[in-house]
Amino acid sequence: MAYSDKVREHYKKTIAEIREGGLFKEERFIHSPQAADIKVEYPEGSELASLINMCANNYLGLSSHPEVIKAAHDGLDSRGYGMSSVRFICGTQDIHRELQDKLTKFLGTEDTVLFPSCMDANAGVFEAILGEEDVIIADRLVHASLIDGIRLCKAAYDSFKHMNMAHLEQKLEMHQDKRIRLVVTDGVFSMDGDFAPLDKMVELCERYDSMILLDDSHATGFIGKTGKGTHEHFGVVGKIDVITTTLGKALGGASGGCVSGRAEIVEMCKQRARPYLFSNTMPPVIVAAASKVMDIISQTTERRDKLEQNTKYFREKMTEAGFDIRPGETPIVPVMLYNAQLSQDIAHDLYAEGIYVIGFFYPVVPQGQARIRCQLSAAHEREHLDKAIAAFKKIGAKHGILGLKKKEIIEKFGL
Amino acid sequence: MLDEKQLKDTVLAYVKEEYVEDEDEADELTPDTPLISGGIVDSFSMVSLKVFLEKRYHIQIPNADATPQSFDTVNKIVELVKRFKGE
Repeated sequence: MAYSDKVREHYKKTIAEIREGGLFKEERFIHSPQAADIKVEYPEGSELASLINMCANNYLGLSSHPEVIKAAHDGLDSRGYGMSSVRFICGTQDIHRELQDKLTKFLGTEDTVLFPSCMDANAGVFEAILGEEDVIIADRLVHASLIDGIRLCKAAYDSFKHMNMAHLEQKLEMHQDKRIRLVVTDGVFSMDGDFAPLDKMVELCERYDSMILLDDSHATGFIGKTGKGTHEHFGVVGKIDVITTTLGKALGGASGGCVSGRAEIVEMCKQRARPYLFSNTMPPVIVAAASKVMDIISQTTERRDKLEQNTKYFREKMTEAGFDIRPGETPIVPVMLYNAQLSQDIAHDLYAEGIYVIGFFYPVVPQGQARIRCQLSAAHEREHLDKAIAAFKKIGAKHGILGLKKKEIIEKFGL
Repeated sequence: MLDEKQLKDTVLAYVKEEYVEDEDEADELTPDTPLISGGIVDSFSMVSLKVFLEKRYHIQIPNADATPQSFDTVNKIVELVKRFKGE
């Protein structure tokens, strides 16, 4: 079929509907490396604005770290640009093996296999290890990539209310007739910044003979005393059967992900996971840089400690200022606004004040739960945070929301 | 023969118990509240509702019939159950 006028009109109409629904996503062009201070062209063609970035997943501030950049250059020089192959044909270098070993050691697991992204790891792992005799029981707010992976798998699916252990127990009990049970959760939930209660989940999984899969993308490198992740925070290192995580956030932020866990599960991924089998290997330049990141974070907790201090400071000051902040300990700080338009207006006003944040609303978050998600970084200095807090206060006062709680914000702005 | 009122109450109670966290929201839920298009039940979590209906009423709902549209309100779900019960 040619790309007929009819087809073109179909897509144009759909795009117009996305716009009308207020769901159109725009790109902002960044003219600088990823950092706390960035230069942004937005809207397209406008002069560059100097902004403080408060919405990157650059938790450890390693995305543009000089040692990481140098390691990338060295990797490029010593191992080339591309491998022109999937892993199992001729796409595995010694440095892939080295990075996998470093991840295994850091995460405290038995083995690790790299994927082109964590999205790919999540897309591939379920089908590789489960069949129609099995069941997946997932938290209702797990990341979209886990949902996609679950959809690709033949196992039965069930879910439990977000972090509700009584509900999970009920579901585990109900599915005792299945061959394998796999409980699935994020470690830190990306929109709320809350922790899955992993210690309780592990206990339930042991009691009801279930495996557990943890997507720790928003935790690896900085949650837990030495930054291993949510399993370290809850004292269950070695008890998580499958961890999927990303190299695209705290760990240098380029791309790549992995499945780490029980040796047989990792082997099954190598034998059966389609994104591993049919997608190109991670390029040497990224592998080399990520390997340096693992060295940096294995040697010192300086960066995760600084992130923890930044997080405490920002949460404390924003709460004091009268914002409705979801309580928690993670560097994901949701400033609750409930009303979608309000979230867009405040993000827009903050941009004019030199603060880069994004307002999220349905369907990215549940209906009536619109918010601005701030993300802290070890790259932020105290001055960055103070400027951001001052701008938030100014714009919060402009919209008259300081000191208001959920009910009052909804009364004032509606849902 | 299914008692329609009882069926409606059972489905409504299940939806409240299974999907609604907030007590105020549970109180506001009626047989006509849009569940899926209203963002209360996401289309993926709908699976547990399907399993509940199949077990409770001894029916099989083919995936082709278990659409977000046919599960969108308690009233629609009641119609679906009746259809598969042959009533």
